[in-house]
Amino acid sequence: MEIGLGHYLTVAACLFTLGIFGIFLNRKNVIVILMSVELMLLAVNINLVAFSFYLQDLTGQVFALFVLTVAAAEAAIGLAIIVVYFRNRGSIDVDQINMMKG
Amino acid sequence: MIKALFFYLFAILSVSSAAMVIIARNPVHAVLFLILTFFNAAGLFILLGAEFLAMLLIIVYVGAVAVLFLFVVMMLDVDFAELKAGFIKNAPVGALIGGVVLLELAALFLVYGFDVGVGGNVQTAMPSTGSGIDNTTALGRVIYTKYVYFFQAAGLVLLVAMIGAIVLTLRHKEGVKRQSVAEQVARSPKTAIEVVEVAPGNAVLPSTEGPK
Repeated sequence: MEIGLGHYLTVAACLFTLGIFGIFLNRKNVIVILMSVELMLLAVNINLVAFSFYLQDLTGQVFALFVLTVAAAEAAIGLAIIVVYFRNRGSIDVDQINMMKG
Repeated sequence: MIKALFFYLFAILSVSSAAMVIIARNPVHAVLFLILTFFNAAGLFILLGAEFLAMLLIIVYVGAVAVLFLFVVMMLDVDFAELKAGFIKNAPVGALIGGVVLLELAALFLVYGFDVGVGGNVQTAMPSTGSGIDNTTALGRVIYTKYVYFFQAAGLVLLVAMIGAIVLTLRHKEGVKRQSVAEQVARSPKTAIEVVEVAPGNAVLPSTEGPK
């Protein structure tokens, strides 16, 4: 049984959809929303690496590397914002985030 | 055959643990399932011949990002049960939009097919298996030549993220005594010692009995 590009794209599509579904399912919990975003970025990375392999071109892997960088930066900043927000408000409920003044 | 077996193992495990991430009641469990997802994705990367990215995924995501998540989840005293309140209510709209996106992706694949042909970029072509150049070397040869400015920009992004996270979370508590090295170095006998003239017989000696 040969594993083709389609198999990898299907896995990535499933992960991406699960990420979107997770954002809606956990609409109140910012931390799980951030985790869902990480899942979506992971799906994008799988796509890039799969195309890189089947096209025999390294550019996809280079791009996946940069996506990884941005994902790490995004997680660090996002979690820092959550910590500051929790310090100020004592909650991380998304519905109550209507104030962005420090 | 064994490759297909491993592909299905990693694929099924990563998708099911990703599902567990979003439906887990306990956010600590969600983070642990996220780590499992990353490990399985790293397995998929190894199957695709991207060993360097697989190791990077484990180091960066599991070693840094997931642990950061775990740290924040454990540090914040949040009532997660309350945050789960709208769980069932939001499920239909989420399923609707997720289903639409999945259908779009499936339609895209069905229309364009999975046949991508052959890549024509010689400059960044992957080394053939017999050439003795491993994935890390090949990637390094591309990153440090053709994509060197992008590489520097990625470093800048990380620097900005680091400074931003520190600036956001650093706070100075009132009443905490800190060491000021500059102040200590700038001390001289003139400012540190005070010579007091004591009249004979008037000296107040420190108590030798110790605190009462």
